[in-house]
Amino acid sequence: MGFIRNRKSLTGLIILGFFVLIAIIGPWIAPYDPDALGDATLAPPSPEHWLGTTQVGQDILSQLLVGTRGVLVVGFVSGAIATFLAVIVGVTAGYVGGLTDEILSALANIFLVIPALPLIIIITSQLPSAGEFTTAAVISITAWAWGSRIMRAQTLSLRNRDFIQASRANGESLWRIVTVEILPNLTAIIASSFVGTVTFAILSEITLAFIGVASISDWNWGTILFWAQSNQALARGAWWWFVPAGLCIALVGMALALINFGIDEYVSPRLRTTAARSRDLKRLGITPRVGFTPVARGHLAPPKPRRRPKPHEPVPAIDTSFAMIEEEANR
Amino acid sequence: MDDPQPLWVQYWNYIGRILRGDFGLSFTYYPTPVSEVIAQALPWTIGLVGIATLLSFIIGTSVGVLAGWRRGSWIDGVLPVATFFSAVPYFWLGLIAIMIFAVWIPIFPASGGYAWGAIPGFNIEFMGSVLYYGILPAVTIILSSVAGWILGMRNMMVTVSSEDFVTVAHAKGLKERTVMVGYAARNAVLPQISGFALALGFIVGGTLVTEIVFSYPGIGFVLFQAVNAKDYPLMQAIFLVITIAVLVANLLADVLYVVLDPRTRQD
Repeated sequence: MGFIRNRKSLTGLIILGFFVLIAIIGPWIAPYDPDALGDATLAPPSPEHWLGTTQVGQDILSQLLVGTRGVLVVGFVSGAIATFLAVIVGVTAGYVGGLTDEILSALANIFLVIPALPLIIIITSQLPSAGEFTTAAVISITAWAWGSRIMRAQTLSLRNRDFIQASRANGESLWRIVTVEILPNLTAIIASSFVGTVTFAILSEITLAFIGVASISDWNWGTILFWAQSNQALARGAWWWFVPAGLCIALVGMALALINFGIDEYVSPRLRTTAARSRDLKRLGITPRVGFTPVARGHLAPPKPRRRPKPHEPVPAIDTSFAMIEEEANR
Repeated sequence: MDDPQPLWVQYWNYIGRILRGDFGLSFTYYPTPVSEVIAQALPWTIGLVGIATLLSFIIGTSVGVLAGWRRGSWIDGVLPVATFFSAVPYFWLGLIAIMIFAVWIPIFPASGGYAWGAIPGFNIEFMGSVLYYGILPAVTIILSSVAGWILGMRNMMVTVSSEDFVTVAHAKGLKERTVMVGYAARNAVLPQISGFALALGFIVGGTLVTEIVFSYPGIGFVLFQAVNAKDYPLMQAIFLVITIAVLVANLLADVLYVVLDPRTRQD
């Protein structure tokens, strides 16, 4: 499958897989209890404590290992809930049309414009106990709108394609058309929307923990940063306290971004071919220029003839960029 | 608290008071009215977040134009770096910036909006101090938000530059630069602008946290204090102000879109 063979998405999947593994086995392989106080206080990395210790002698590596689970659980749970909402709202709006579409689109636009993070901060701070699942729920309520907009645009363009028309003429039920004909064609977009939402959810969750709004009794990477910040780790030069957590966040974020690039290149062949071809041309000593067809005798394989997409496989020319959405929105 | 009036009457009165600019008294800064607290913080946020976001958009779009146009050149090397910075939370980049440029090499201040000695007002000393204190937070915001604009613009450039009108422009013998800026970029920037309007809510949220890290005297820092003190009137008002600011910016982006795209003016 092209998506797996794509170098970017493969790298992303490997990094993400590593963190998923840590999330599962983290609490067992952690060398210390993350809450346990120790004698070595604010110690830099050493053989006993690979990533150093906090002000009260807690082992930072153990906090990091134990905290991975919370980060990924909140990320994936909110990603799943938000994507589910996005599919329901987006596909309904796109397929049913009319007044329903107007109302749902207006709702999505409102949620899109509301600054999500301040809203999440305010809601979470007013809830009595903000555990992991509460946080996930609040994040997903604010994060579904973007996906639903893309889903709607794509459903609109699918709705009038021949194979949908044909199944409608065949008298297939609405449920069957949506689940069997439309949803499979949205797979790539749903996946990309899910990955994007997970990124957003992880960043929001860590921010919440960092500013001390979410419960600070559960360990996650944001909690580590919260304690580092409130104990003046910066001024004391204790870089080992907050650098590893941030790097982990960046790695997970990058892995998700790479997966999304892979999906983008998979659905939008223009992004893929141009990147690959310019690399090939460089190897042959030709400077690629836009709008010119390079002639190289016998080195480059002739382009493969384009196949027509069958109804059940993803339509290759789907462009998830804004141009598409705008075009649909203006119609 | 023990208001005998029904809820809807209270709500109606509340809306009325908001329209008159009366948000009640802040708990944290008691007895200062909320509107006054916000009026003091807002210019800082608009100055820092506004300018940094605009700069980031302009820089990111320009780099994106080049990256999309000269594919396979050294500019492609920017992409992985940009991806890394976009994956890092704003506040963490702020922490690192403070560590390097305020603790290890103390050339910039770690927190605050201006020097202790400076007297707020339109004098050179104060303005200079504001600029000096603003550099580190601004660079942090730009670094962490620029990647999105680079990637978006690059992908649009890739899509647009294989259109026929670009080939025709080349065939006419127009200068490379003219084709790149006037033909390809001119069209590729349109979705970028509507994207700017939509992404603003996300960006503003992130930049507010930057203010918290730098203890910058803006809306984000006040919101942080309000949340910790359960100062509901202040929180409500701040959220309202942020939302209105984002809406206004959206309106401006829409107007700009109409100016740039003649097709939207035809009907």
